[in-house]
Amino acid sequence: MEQLSTLWQPLLDWMNGNDIFTPNTFAMYWTGLTNTVQLVFISLLIGLVLAVPLAIARGSRNQVLRKSIWFYTYLFRGTPLLIQLYLAYYGFAFIPGIQETWLWFFLDDPLYPALLAFTLNTAAYTTEIFHGSIQATPRGEIEAARAYGMSKAKMMRRIVLPSALRRALPAYGNEVIFMLHASAIAFVVSITDLTGAAYYIYARFYAPFAAFLFVAALYMVLSFSIQALFKYLEKRLLAHLKPAR
Amino acid sequence: MKKIITLSLMGAVLATGHAQARDYDTVRIGVDIPYVPMEYRTPDGTLTGFDIDLGNALCKQAELDCKWVIQGWDGIIPGLQARKFDAIMSSMTINDDRKKQILFSDPYMTPPSAWFTPKDSTISSPNEESLKGKSIGVQRGTVQDNYVTDHYGSNASIKRYATADDVAIDMEAGRLDIAFLDYPTGKAALVDSKSGQFKTVGEMLTEPKKYFGEGFGIAFRKRDRELAETFNKALAELKDNGTYNTLYTKYFPDAKAE
Repeated sequence: MEQLSTLWQPLLDWMNGNDIFTPNTFAMYWTGLTNTVQLVFISLLIGLVLAVPLAIARGSRNQVLRKSIWFYTYLFRGTPLLIQLYLAYYGFAFIPGIQETWLWFFLDDPLYPALLAFTLNTAAYTTEIFHGSIQATPRGEIEAARAYGMSKAKMMRRIVLPSALRRALPAYGNEVIFMLHASAIAFVVSITDLTGAAYYIYARFYAPFAAFLFVAALYMVLSFSIQALFKYLEKRLLAHLKPAR
Repeated sequence: MKKIITLSLMGAVLATGHAQARDYDTVRIGVDIPYVPMEYRTPDGTLTGFDIDLGNALCKQAELDCKWVIQGWDGIIPGLQARKFDAIMSSMTINDDRKKQILFSDPYMTPPSAWFTPKDSTISSPNEESLKGKSIGVQRGTVQDNYVTDHYGSNASIKRYATADDVAIDMEAGRLDIAFLDYPTGKAALVDSKSGQFKTVGEMLTEPKKYFGEGFGIAFRKRDRELAETFNKALAELKDNGTYNTLYTKYFPDAKAE
């Protein structure tokens, strides 16, 4: 017992004496955490909703529709997210007269331009993921649906999408985690996200290891939670694709 | 016997050498340029700035002959140790790490921090009341950031940027109501480069020391205690006779001298 307390003493002293992990810095990390989660969650949600119709239209027979969506995904997958963020945040702000319009309400706050860039970016990737998955629908399923006399819309709704979206799940899970990690650039446009909070604490206390290792651990917890969620979903929703035992 | 005399002579030489490092007639001062308005060259090549003018005034007061030696920042402390020059006067902030290596004079100034706003701003004196709900721009992790975060963090929105130029861009775009920056940096990024669009408001701050630090000091080799004392004495005299104030207002017209 005596020995145990001498072992712990340095740690306790450090906990009491350190000025890096205080209520103030935890409040900073908390702000960062809520901003990161908010930003990533909302952009993924809108991106997902946008991506489903876009992925269907991406495979449409209509040349103009198909090509324009291809062009959009090509553009957003072909340029760095950081550049897209800069354009959304700094670019629009310098359109003459924009401060006078209702748009300024959104541009004034860094959160909205960041949401715009993140949403359009994830929607582009997700569109391609879903498009690939729709394309890979087994020919037999489509023939069977046709044989039942289903309309195109009905076939899409009942046969193609349910199985395609399920098969896209593992790839989409990756996209979600990528998005979480990519969101670490949000601090360059003055948003206090997790990385921004860590950077602030690093710069204030000159303690790179404490600040960044702690924030890395937070990101890791978030990543693992997302992974666990997708693992659960895959187990439930992809049960029919498992080899029979 | 001879041996004893030699030894005692050596001892005497060593002892005096230790007690009194060297009598300086000419003092070479190392400086890293440019850092406007502290030390820089005018277009015709003459060295000028607050440090230079104050340094020359100090030398005159102490009746020393001074010479400036240009030295890059990275090599400025090693240069002092290697006797390439005898002092450093180059906006060097006094801190504990440096104190282990070198000897500092009394602080001769604390760089002021200043508030900047767009020209047509209605904020005239920044305080709890006038900054309520405003967005304040700062450079992330600077002393200004710490000060603003602790004082106004709870009822104003603080936006942190990597550089003063990023602050300037967002101020120009109209996203920031006010910025709090180190005065020379903010003046260069906002007032000088975007002429007529921005101004400084309110009082410049150098206190409390907890945030703004001890300030700049002149650095010497550790053994040159006497030389440091000479400079401290001269500095006190210049502060008394008003020379210091004249120089300070010449370079920082809007700031209140300490």
